[in-house]
Amino acid sequence: MATAPALPGGFELPLEPRLPRLGSVDAVGLEERALALSRRSIKKGAKVFALDLAIRAMDLTTLEGADTPGKVGALATKGVRPDPSDPGVPSVAAICVYPNLVPAALARTRGTGVKVASVATAFPSGQAPLEVKLEEVRAVVAMGAHEVDMVIDRGAFLSGRYAQVYDEVVRAREVCAGKAHLKVILETGELGTYDNVRRAALLAIAGGADFIKTSTGKAATNATLPVALCMLETIRDVYEDTGRVVGMKVAGGIRQAKQAVQYLVQVHETLGVAWLTPDRYRIGASSLLNDILMQLRKERTGRYQNPDYFTVD
Amino acid sequence: MRRVQVRKTHKLFIGGAFPRSESGRTLVVEGANVARASRKDLRDAVRIARQAGAGWSGATAYNRGQVLYRLAEMMEARRGALAAACRGKDEVDRAIDRVVWYAGWADKLAQVIGSANAVAGPYFNFTVPEPTGVVGIVAPAEPALLGLVSRLAPPLVGGNTVVVIASDAHPIAAVELAECVATADVPPGVVNILTGLRGELAPWLAGHMDVAGLDLAGADGDAAELERLGAENVKRIVRGKADEQSPYEIAAFLELKTVWHPVGF
Repeated sequence: MATAPALPGGFELPLEPRLPRLGSVDAVGLEERALALSRRSIKKGAKVFALDLAIRAMDLTTLEGADTPGKVGALATKGVRPDPSDPGVPSVAAICVYPNLVPAALARTRGTGVKVASVATAFPSGQAPLEVKLEEVRAVVAMGAHEVDMVIDRGAFLSGRYAQVYDEVVRAREVCAGKAHLKVILETGELGTYDNVRRAALLAIAGGADFIKTSTGKAATNATLPVALCMLETIRDVYEDTGRVVGMKVAGGIRQAKQAVQYLVQVHETLGVAWLTPDRYRIGASSLLNDILMQLRKERTGRYQNPDYFTVD
Repeated sequence: MRRVQVRKTHKLFIGGAFPRSESGRTLVVEGANVARASRKDLRDAVRIARQAGAGWSGATAYNRGQVLYRLAEMMEARRGALAAACRGKDEVDRAIDRVVWYAGWADKLAQVIGSANAVAGPYFNFTVPEPTGVVGIVAPAEPALLGLVSRLAPPLVGGNTVVVIASDAHPIAAVELAECVATADVPPGVVNILTGLRGELAPWLAGHMDVAGLDLAGADGDAAELERLGAENVKRIVRGKADEQSPYEIAAFLELKTVWHPVGF
C-alpha cells in the first residue's frame, strides 16, 4: 500500500483490517435528519441564491452512447450561457462527458472559465484491468480534461479487497497529480449499506480524492439525500480531525430545482458556507438545468413557465 | 343500531386523486368545508394535465367518445348527489344529455371541422383538427352543474386536457362532478378540478406559460385583465356562454393543421 494522506484519529493505515470495524452509521438517525433538512422552506431571495449557486456548481452532463461532437458542442454552448435571454444567469461549473468527447467540449468552452470533466476508469462499472483504467485516465488528462471522474471497483470493494480499491485511487491520483482534479465515484446505489458508503468514502479520501461523488447515474439507485448526508458527514469528520478539505459531488436522478435546493441545504447545515462554492461542491445533472432556468424565469416574470420555451440541450 | 355517519370531505381533484390543498386551507361555502386551492395546487394541476396530454390526445376518437359516454353513465348513477348540488333533477338531466351529445362528436370532428382542400397540383391537401393542449376553464357560477359541464365537455372531446377553477359560489357541483369523472375511465390528469377563490387562482392560470387555451366563462370584472395575462403566450381565449351546445364550442380549442401529400398512383 502506498502512503496515505492524513486521516482522522483511529483511521490510520493499514486501513484494510480496520475498515470492517469502523463502527456503524445510525441509519435511522441519518434518514431522519436528511428528511428533516429536506423540509426546510427556501423561498424568494434565498431560493434565487440557491438556484444561482446550483447552476454555478453544476457539472452539466451527457453520458449517452449516442453522444456526438455536435451534441456535446451544443451542450457546452448551453453550459456557457444557459439562458441567452437573461445575462444574469451564470455559467455552469463544468461539462461532463465521455473521454472521446473531451476535445469537442474543450473546443466550445475554451476561454470561458467552464471546465471539462471526463469520466474514466471503465465508467460506469470499473470492471477492467488496472492498466487499462490508468491508461484511460492518462489519455483524458493528455486531451486536456480539467477534471477526471473515476469509478471505484465495487466488485473489489464488496469482496472486501479494500486495499485494491485504495491502490487504484492512489494510482489514478498519481496520473492526475497537478494536471487534473480527481473525483471518485462510489456508486452508492451498489454499496448496499451506509456503513459501506462511509468506508468507501474514507478509502477514496485516503487515496487522495479531491472530490467524492455519489453515483454514475447508470445504476438503479442514484443519489439519495441520506447517502449524500452520510458522505458529507464523512467529509466533515475528516476536515475536523485533519483540516483536509475534500469536495462533494452529487449526481444521478437530480432533475428538479427543488431537489437541488434540498441538497444545498444539507451542505450548508453539515459543512457550512465554506462548502457552498463550485470549488468544493458540485451537482452532476442534465435535465436539472432547464428546471432551474424555468424557476428563475418564474421568479423574474411572475409567471409559471413552459418547458417548450427552453432549449433541449 | 346507532352509527356515526361518514361525512364527505370536499377536496380537490388533481391527477385522478383527491388531495387536500397543499396549503391546508379550506373555505366554508354552501354550508360545507371546501378545499381552498393555492397557486401551487394550480401549478401542480397544470403540470399533471400537460403530462396527461400525450395519452389523451393520442387516444382514438372512438375511445374518447366511449369515455365521455361512461362519464354520462356515472352521472346517471350519482343523480341524487348531483341534484343536491345544483338546481335539481332537471338540471342534472340536461347536463347528462349534454355529455352524451358531445360524446357523439368525438369521431365526427375531423369530418365536419376538417376538410379535403382543392389544390392545383398532384397533391392531396387536408386540414385536420388537433387539440390545443392544456385548457384552463374558469367555470361559470350559474347554472352550477350544467354550466360546468357545458364548458368542460367541448375541450375534453377535442382531446385537450383541462384544469378547472370551480365557481366561488357553487363549488360543490364541481366536487360532485369530480367524483363522476374519477370513476368514468377518464385517464388521471385529463380533468383537474380546483375549488377555492377565483380571484386568487385565475390570474396564475391565465399567466401560466404552459396553458394553451383559456375559457373565461365564469370571469366577470376581471375578464379583460385575464385576457391581457393570457396574451403573453398567445393563448386561445374564449369567453364561453354557460349554457351553450354547439360543435363550434369544440372547434374553439382545436388547431387546424394543413398537410400536403403527393397523390399516389
